[in-house]
Amino acid sequence: MISIKNLKKSFNNKPVLKGISCEFEKGKTSLIIGQTGSGKTVFLKCLLGLHKHDEGKIIFDDKDVQSMNENQKMELKSSIGTVFQGSALFDSMNIEENVMFPLKMFNDLPFDEMLDRVNLVLKRVELENSNKKMPSEASGGMQKRVAIARAIVNNPNYLFCDEPNSGLDPKTAIVIDNLIKEITEERNITTIINSHDMNSVMEIGEKIIFLKNGVLEWEGSKKNIFKTENQAVTDFVYSSNLYKKVKQMYLKK
Amino acid sequence: MNFLHNIGLYIIMLQKMLHKPTKWKVMKELILKDTEDTVVNSLGIISFVSFFIGGVITIQLALSTTGSFYPDYLVGYATRETIILEFAPTIISIIMAGKVGSFITSSIGSMRVTEQIDALEVMGINSINYLVFPKVIALLLYPFLISIAMFLGILGGMIACVYGGYSTMSAFIEGIQTDFIPFHMTYAFIKSFVFAFILATVPSFHGYYMKGGALEVGKASTKSFIWTSVSIVVFNFLITQMLLG
Repeated sequence: MISIKNLKKSFNNKPVLKGISCEFEKGKTSLIIGQTGSGKTVFLKCLLGLHKHDEGKIIFDDKDVQSMNENQKMELKSSIGTVFQGSALFDSMNIEENVMFPLKMFNDLPFDEMLDRVNLVLKRVELENSNKKMPSEASGGMQKRVAIARAIVNNPNYLFCDEPNSGLDPKTAIVIDNLIKEITEERNITTIINSHDMNSVMEIGEKIIFLKNGVLEWEGSKKNIFKTENQAVTDFVYSSNLYKKVKQMYLKK
Repeated sequence: MNFLHNIGLYIIMLQKMLHKPTKWKVMKELILKDTEDTVVNSLGIISFVSFFIGGVITIQLALSTTGSFYPDYLVGYATRETIILEFAPTIISIIMAGKVGSFITSSIGSMRVTEQIDALEVMGINSINYLVFPKVIALLLYPFLISIAMFLGILGGMIACVYGGYSTMSAFIEGIQTDFIPFHMTYAFIKSFVFAFILATVPSFHGYYMKGGALEVGKASTKSFIWTSVSIVVFNFLITQMLLG
């Protein structure tokens, strides 16, 4: 579980996160949604340690990040898997080497054992027989799957995904969403997804957090989102006619 | 102000480069790869440039030292001094700032743009050590390239001189051996080591701390070439003043 207490972050005296408090449960897929500039990416980067927060607490399973020493932080980072928006695969390595990278860096396993684990996760993301392909030869969807495989190969306790289905067609996007949800449940990990995509919200949003101008405006589940009276949330979620109709149909039911 | 900020940031980068070292097994592979990218792949261009520039230097020296007043061996002597003292270590380093420096900046800059550096950081890897340190170690072989440049420069000069009819082979060889000061070689290699460090770290700095997208990668490469060349020229002056002045 990850607990956030009164998280604040400013850039050049301009507040971007204005005291966010929330919790992300183990074995559940949580989504952070909000308009561009709402502070979602900064929030995720603070959790990942890529931005140092100004105030507040980030607690990973009862361990406060700020009170950790360098070794404890290293240990924590090795238990986090991350899927970046652009996949962030290493260009100079093939798919197998990309997925094996965290194992090589943090384990002293024999090569054959590492290869077995790589093949296992590649099979899990349905990419068997693609080991020797370079990232440039893979499609956007394949690259996302490789990024997921790389994120889970070291058996992480936490999985962070920054817009994992951006730039993908709707069908592939749903496949990726479901894959992340299934992996979260199978491995009982804490998953946080940063997303713009309303399909993801409706498909896998067990817990949804809505940020607006650096403030936590609303939180709930995909079921609650149909009933919410919060104007900012409804403006954002039901900005398209399709979702307006979906809401009407849901409420009629 | 910005200049001082960048100097500070560069020093911090050098300090971070030595912290939290990457696993030796992985580092060994990175060093070998960077040696291939920066040293082995530069052999062709360095050999080509050195050979022909050596020839041009000799022809120009021969043409400006005609007449009975100058001894026959002077062309060989002047070619050796020019190539060992200045052309091989300094001019080749400026050419390398364009070739290797741009490569380093653009490869690290592209990793920054595509979040690959962030990916390393969130895994708990010291990305500066992972990216910059192997380049510094790989470029320890740089004086080897400079030795080849010296040899081929003088060889090119000798061929141009003899086959161009400016002097005889024996006079040129006599010139190469006349008043040879071994410390000049030491001086040239000390310069090469310093320039190698500049070639590895200044372009890495410009790539690592760049901000923006693909266009900025190109701008960072240009900036990196300018600052690497400026640093080489300034350190060339300082080292020459300290060791020969």
